[in-house]
Amino acid sequence: MESRLTRIIVKIYLIVFLLYLFAPLFVMVIAAFNDSKFPTVMPWKGWTTRWFEDLWADDRMWGAVGNSILVGLAVVIIAVPIGTLAALLLDSIRGRTRSFLYGLMVAPLLVPGIIIGISTLIFWNRIGVPSGLHLSTVGQCSFICSYVMLMVLARLQRMDRSLEEAALDLGATHLQTLRLIVLPYLRTALLTAAVLAFFQSFENFNTTLFTRGGATTVTIFIASRIRTGVTPEVNALGLVLITITVAAAVIYTIRKKNTAAV
Amino acid sequence: MKAVLSRYGTTLTGMMVLATFIWLAVMVVLPYLVMVEFSFRPNLLPADLGTEKDHLTADNYGTLFRNTIHINVFIRTIWGSALATFLCLCVSYPVAYFLAKMATAKQAAVLLLLLVIPFWINEILRTFAWFIILAYNGPLNGVLQMFGFIDKPIRWIYGSNGVIAGMVYAYIVFMVFPVYNAIETLDRNQIEAARDLGASLWRIHARVVLPHAKPGIAVGCIMVFTAAAGSYIVPAILGAPGTRWFTEIIYQWFFEGQNWQQGSAYAFLLLALCIAFVMGMMRVFKVGLADIAK
Amino acid sequence: MSQDIALETVTKKFGDFTAVREVALNIRAGEFFSFLGPSGCGKTTILRMISGFIEPTQGVIRIGGQDMRGIGPNKRPTALIFQNLALFPLMPVWQNVAFGLEVRGVAKAVRRKKAEELLATVELADSAGKMVSDLSGGQRQRVAIARALAVEPQVMLLDEPLSALDLKLRQHMRAELRRIQKRTGVTFVYITHDQGEALTMSDRVAVMSQGVLQQVAVPMDIYNDPATAFVASFVGESNVFAGRVTETEGGTGRIETEAGSFVARLGAGVSRGDQALLFVRPEQMHLGAAAEAALNRIHAPFSHAEFEGNFVNVFCGTDGHKPLMSQTRSDPGVLALTPGAPMTLGFESADGVILPAGELARE
Repeated sequence: MESRLTRIIVKIYLIVFLLYLFAPLFVMVIAAFNDSKFPTVMPWKGWTTRWFEDLWADDRMWGAVGNSILVGLAVVIIAVPIGTLAALLLDSIRGRTRSFLYGLMVAPLLVPGIIIGISTLIFWNRIGVPSGLHLSTVGQCSFICSYVMLMVLARLQRMDRSLEEAALDLGATHLQTLRLIVLPYLRTALLTAAVLAFFQSFENFNTTLFTRGGATTVTIFIASRIRTGVTPEVNALGLVLITITVAAAVIYTIRKKNTAAV
Repeated sequence: MKAVLSRYGTTLTGMMVLATFIWLAVMVVLPYLVMVEFSFRPNLLPADLGTEKDHLTADNYGTLFRNTIHINVFIRTIWGSALATFLCLCVSYPVAYFLAKMATAKQAAVLLLLLVIPFWINEILRTFAWFIILAYNGPLNGVLQMFGFIDKPIRWIYGSNGVIAGMVYAYIVFMVFPVYNAIETLDRNQIEAARDLGASLWRIHARVVLPHAKPGIAVGCIMVFTAAAGSYIVPAILGAPGTRWFTEIIYQWFFEGQNWQQGSAYAFLLLALCIAFVMGMMRVFKVGLADIAK
Repeated sequence: MSQDIALETVTKKFGDFTAVREVALNIRAGEFFSFLGPSGCGKTTILRMISGFIEPTQGVIRIGGQDMRGIGPNKRPTALIFQNLALFPLMPVWQNVAFGLEVRGVAKAVRRKKAEELLATVELADSAGKMVSDLSGGQRQRVAIARALAVEPQVMLLDEPLSALDLKLRQHMRAELRRIQKRTGVTFVYITHDQGEALTMSDRVAVMSQGVLQQVAVPMDIYNDPATAFVASFVGESNVFAGRVTETEGGTGRIETEAGSFVARLGAGVSRGDQALLFVRPEQMHLGAAAEAALNRIHAPFSHAEFEGNFVNVFCGTDGHKPLMSQTRSDPGVLALTPGAPMTLGFESADGVILPAGELARE
């Protein structure tokens, strides 16, 4: 319906836009193979895989990966149940209380991560808990719970309430109804929420920066490498992370499309 | 509460209330309140805690507002975040419109996936990539020189330029998705009708599409602005020496100045800015929290 | 095994809205009992109060004499068949049927066997392993019945379960439900807005309107002896005349209406001088010789006729008034009439009933 000229202009714009979107990733990946002490693509000093070897041999990096996985799993274990229970609660209340709770639950998504980190740090310090990865976990949970809650709530709102009633009517206890009817129905949403929660935690920098104490996670490791003694080792790590995230994004999108039909 | 009890029974309701309470009270509300209270306390040596020196005071805010350098940084942060937000909107709008009204279903699906991929990659890595590209001896200058557009390299990372460029890139999806969702609900016939009446492309967008997309634009602006104002890593990597971001000063108070009370006052100012922006946008554009949560 | 249900002046309010107002009735053990009424009349609210999903605002519900206050739906001896059936989509058919046994801790082999037996009684023996989504509407219906029967309820509650089926299947399932009820002897409480369903299947019918119980009676009495204007107008067709009662004597009275002065049976609660309504069924509104011989006669021009096969609906009357309707055996003479032809309609006093003026069912 648009004129041909507009269509052509829009097409050109989109191509430029996609170049803009992917050029940095491309540069990032290529630089990982450049045999130059400093991460760049120009000048090109020949192909090498030594940065991957350096990365592999870097103990601090492995420590950081371990910490990130640990925090990520802890976040999943805490945030998925809390977010789910909160969504169940929100789904069956109405009126002012609901709007108030909903507002409080969504608010952490709009608060800058560093402020979440700072408030967590100060609150726990004042009651005598020193900073460390446990505080990073708590701080991250405060907003990752919001994501979980929103995803579970969206699924719950499409659920047929009479299924729960039918289970109760047939003699199931409330817990049995949750276990046999509601949770199986939420299964996909819970799985997606868990994966998303893990990634959110793994990628978190702002909240972790203030709460970590002396510990290092992957994002902290990358940031400190960039600021002090940057080498293409960071690019090598970047390539690994990009590969994982792209694969996850593609799988997530495909799964979403499949489950959308159900 | 009666509805909850009859739906879930006592045990489950208890668990739900407890979980919600732990989350909202212990992880959300109390930490903010304690932070605000802390910002009204003096920074004391351990020996002075509990003495008469340990009382509530607005000194930390006095220090903040008397420090013209820090106030300038705060103003630059607001201005830079606003500019990044506006640029994000300009870059995203055509893409969102294409996705919503011009693309075939297949094109839209592919483009959405392509948009999501960079968003899923760590903000630090994306910013670092721009650091490589924009470097004085980097590929951007190299390519431009190769094609003869410029004679000698340009210093791209200068003042807030690098920071704003990095932020536009980092937060673009926050804008594309809400605007796309909003435009998608616009009835195609309205555009056709405007075209039939002879409206120019510019007028169609100014009078039909943009007003319809307003709630989406508001949500996008809220997301980008709060992310930009609260960003630490983008200015840390792409900021030129001497052009600091407000978050960097907060960090200094905490980990270099070791004055957490002072840092809390700064953090509260930043939080207040974000709250004011969110409330202002919600009021002006008449959107609710539920729209943002999408 | 079956039990009786007693509703003792039960009222249910939602905020300011009264959904059910002081309903008192007894449902006998082993009875097929229907609540009939238009949507919003409160019948579903009553069903949900009996099953335990909502508590009455006032009044008591007893099942088998036991006060049900504070007893949740999972502890009542009732099984509900939902309007949308609410079959569990993620379980195969047999697990659906065995669900009530599973939550009672019955061993898997035992409950599988029981499920298969029940599926055999509803003629679905070979569908045990299928998913619910692979079944037809009628088959799902029968799975829902089997699932409810599996918990051996003493009371079966059915919330318009046939409304989603097509006409043929609906008629088949009516007979099926009736058969299952007779065989199991379980008390059935059936909710419907379809008078055909209520009248054909039930031992007794309760008609409701706007939360108020209008009449409880056997189907034939509901039709022939309606207690209120609402029942007379909701169940079956009627010619309605509004007027004032001028004479009463024993069980009959005279009513003066715009269309004339008529003598008919007096319903309960009508006295001399009252504004009242006279109802005459179309099949009792005669034409021709029978009309001329009848006690009450009306003269009106012919309007039009509808041929229904074994009978004809004849409409008479002038423009601007609701036409009078007479139902007679198919007769070529009637179909040959031209509009405006003068007609005489008539009915015997035993075939008309005078009821207190009141709310009529909407067409």
